[in-house]
Amino acid sequence: MALPVSSPQATASDPRDRGGPAQPLLIVEAMRKYFPIRAGLLNRQVAEVKAVDDVSFFVIKGETLGIVGESGCGKSTLARLLMHLIPKDQGQLVLDGDLVGEARGVLLNDLRRSLQMVFQDSSSSLNPRLPIEQSIAYGPKVQGASGKSAKAQARALMEKVGLNPNLFGQRYPHELSGGQKQRVNIARALALDPRLLILDEAVSALDKSVEAQVLNLLADLKRQLNLTYIFISHDLHVVRYISDRVLVMYLGQVVEIGPVEAIYDDPKHPYTQALLACRLSMDPEARVDAAPLAGDPPSPVSPPSGCRFHTRCPFVEEVCKAKAPALGDVLKLDPGQHLAACHMVHPGSGHSRAAASAALH
Amino acid sequence: MNDMTAPDFTLATPQTEPFVRVEDLRVKFVSRDATVRAVNGISFDLERGKVLCVIGESGSGKSVMMRSLLRLHPKNRTVIEGTMRVGDHDIAGVSDRAMIDLRGSLISMVFQEPMTALDPLYTVGDQIAETVRRHEGVSKEAAWARALELLDLVRVPSPERRLKAYPHELSGGLRQRVVIAMALSCRPSLLLADEPTTALDASVQIQILVLLRKIQREMGMSMIFVTHDLGVAAQIADQVAVMYAGRIIEYGEARDVLLSPQHPYTQAMLASTAKDQDRDVPLEAIAGNPPDLRALPDGCSFAPRCKYAGPDCTLTMPPPITDAWGHMARCFKVGIGPAGKLRFDAKIAEPV
Ligand SMILES: Nc1ncnc2c1ncn2[C@@H]1O[C@H](COP(=O)(O)OP(=O)(O)OP(=O)(O)O)[C@@H](O)[C@H]1O
Ligand SMILES: Nc1ncnc2c1ncn2[C@@H]1O[C@H](COP(=O)(O)OP(=O)(O)OP(=O)(O)O)[C@@H](O)[C@H]1O
Ligand code: SF4
Ligand code: SF4
Ligand SMILES: [Mg+2]
Ligand SMILES: [Mg+2]
Repeated sequence: MALPVSSPQATASDPRDRGGPAQPLLIVEAMRKYFPIRAGLLNRQVAEVKAVDDVSFFVIKGETLGIVGESGCGKSTLARLLMHLIPKDQGQLVLDGDLVGEARGVLLNDLRRSLQMVFQDSSSSLNPRLPIEQSIAYGPKVQGASGKSAKAQARALMEKVGLNPNLFGQRYPHELSGGQKQRVNIARALALDPRLLILDEAVSALDKSVEAQVLNLLADLKRQLNLTYIFISHDLHVVRYISDRVLVMYLGQVVEIGPVEAIYDDPKHPYTQALLACRLSMDPEARVDAAPLAGDPPSPVSPPSGCRFHTRCPFVEEVCKAKAPALGDVLKLDPGQHLAACHMVHPGSGHSRAAASAALH
Repeated sequence: MNDMTAPDFTLATPQTEPFVRVEDLRVKFVSRDATVRAVNGISFDLERGKVLCVIGESGSGKSVMMRSLLRLHPKNRTVIEGTMRVGDHDIAGVSDRAMIDLRGSLISMVFQEPMTALDPLYTVGDQIAETVRRHEGVSKEAAWARALELLDLVRVPSPERRLKAYPHELSGGLRQRVVIAMALSCRPSLLLADEPTTALDASVQIQILVLLRKIQREMGMSMIFVTHDLGVAAQIADQVAVMYAGRIIEYGEARDVLLSPQHPYTQAMLASTAKDQDRDVPLEAIAGNPPDLRALPDGCSFAPRCKYAGPDCTLTMPPPITDAWGHMARCFKVGIGPAGKLRFDAKIAEPV
């Protein structure tokens, strides 16, 4: 099946494009972030939270890459690493072919403009003392736009995200409902004309009818402004609808990645299967009495040996505890590939359910 | 068709006094240049031990309604009218001092934005223990022990370690469980939960819903649960109320409202979800904008966006029509169908 992802005409005319349509917009290589845990009088480091642990993937120009996974698996930390909001312990970022942060690569400032993020917590990212029109105009002003043009731009953006500038422009964040605030955040993120927008639970606070508008809006904006999205969400219905490819995280690692149809119709990793079973039905008679994913995710401070999912996996065998399953060559630039880090899908792994010679495609 | 089943009269005529009774609640925010009418005449009853889900779009007044029940609005700029009774307490009438005591013990709330409920400067354990101490006057050790018990109750993994964590060190899901633990710390009779699972991933969401449902049953607690996720409402609600522009425009048993909605707004909302939608087709978003609460139109507030609106829908406010199962809608084109069930019919003419 032809993937809708890398449509060359989408990027051909973009003056910001450097590497050409086949060059991924972003390559993330072996990214790692451990947060130190300190204790005692001397505040010595006693342990580490392995929040993001050797994560690699790429983002194709013009695609929407969905990221799903349980609370605490490291999605926001990963997003913050990409944005350079927190220092990484290890890893590399390649933006449109150029290494980020190196002497001859992309400057951090350029990266920060090219990548924008809409945060999970909609209220804390707005200045409570600024009317929202000024909040949106702030970015362009910092970048050197005149007061007048920044204001015009802000009003146009408000219009774009479905907020009437005459009604809302002069309001303060506390006078808005949660959903209204989130649209302001989207408008602010767009103000700097980014190429990649990281949406971290950006529509989670919206009710369904507004969510539909915002999802349609995101689709329109993507086309109009030639955007690429990383879409982090716990709403598996929305991720299916919006994503071209989906990346599943568990305890700081990628456990499955592939085209959206492959992930949803034929999930390979038992974790992905359980996660998909968590989708809620609209029928009050079809209530769940027990969560499909039993137990809690283990602590990222001392993740389980071997396969990190083995403590909750119904298919666990000895090999799972002893040996970590590999995901495969995730940086091989084939957007159609479907990879899962589970011994069951790797022939010859020693798991009784592993096929002798079958392979994922 | 189950249209033929006889009405369940135990639902239609509750024998006991409801635990919560809200009658014609109106809330407006007055400032120099405008009056925002956020809640415009809400009435509902909630029995002890039952769960009412309030759904409705952003800005429809759900949070304002919830905050009214705790009297959390700024006094000088807010006008609250109507009656709110919880147990034996007249919420609108009690003194400020008495209200402070009722918060947490009679009525407790889980807020929409978990970070606003937590102080970034104190550890989670200190904050829960402090809440317990303030209300129950127990020793520091006892409060700390209770804090541990509460984190255990909401199933925070490694609770001992988490007690010593600062809010920013926890992921969103853990923070929300901490907030729920705090809200439960003084064993409230009524829990107001304002989108408590919105920031959570699907697996924890189910866990929290199962957990809340279990705790709610065990404690015999009533709950008003705001959500915009219809799937969540299906999991937890006994009754569902749909709000639009500060009014309840549809109400009934969860099954009736979610599976056979009759108000055009509820129908449009259900049709707009991304669930099972084709990926390349835009979603059926409801056209237009939510009404400006500073200048609400006369008549049906949904009229400017309703595809069935007739010229007279804007003349007067549609009255509530209720069937024998307690299913109610406020729409001129909703009547009682042949089997006695509430039914929308585009052919019904609006009044002249
Ligand atoms: N500043 C920090 N200091 C210590 N630990 C942290 C810090 N920030 C995050 N963590 C930990 O890192 C892990 C990953 O957190 P992160 O916020 O990235 O998760 P997430 O996948 O975004 O979760 P959610 O879906 O709940 O938002 C968690 O265990 C969290 O407690
Ligand atoms: N203190 C205030 N002053 C003025 N207007 C306010 C105030 N608080 C809320 N509003 C307005 O009242 C309306 C209802 O807000 P509310 O927060 O109840 O919405 P909501 O239904 O909870 O929405 P969401 O789903 O986005 O949380 C909104 O239009 C909001 O802008
Ligand atoms: S490797 Fe083993 S424990 Fe891990 S997901 Fe596969 S079967 Fe389960
Ligand atoms: S009263 Fe008229 S405008 Fe309002 S919902 Fe019914 S048909 Fe639509
Ligand atoms: Mg997060
Ligand atoms: Mg709200």
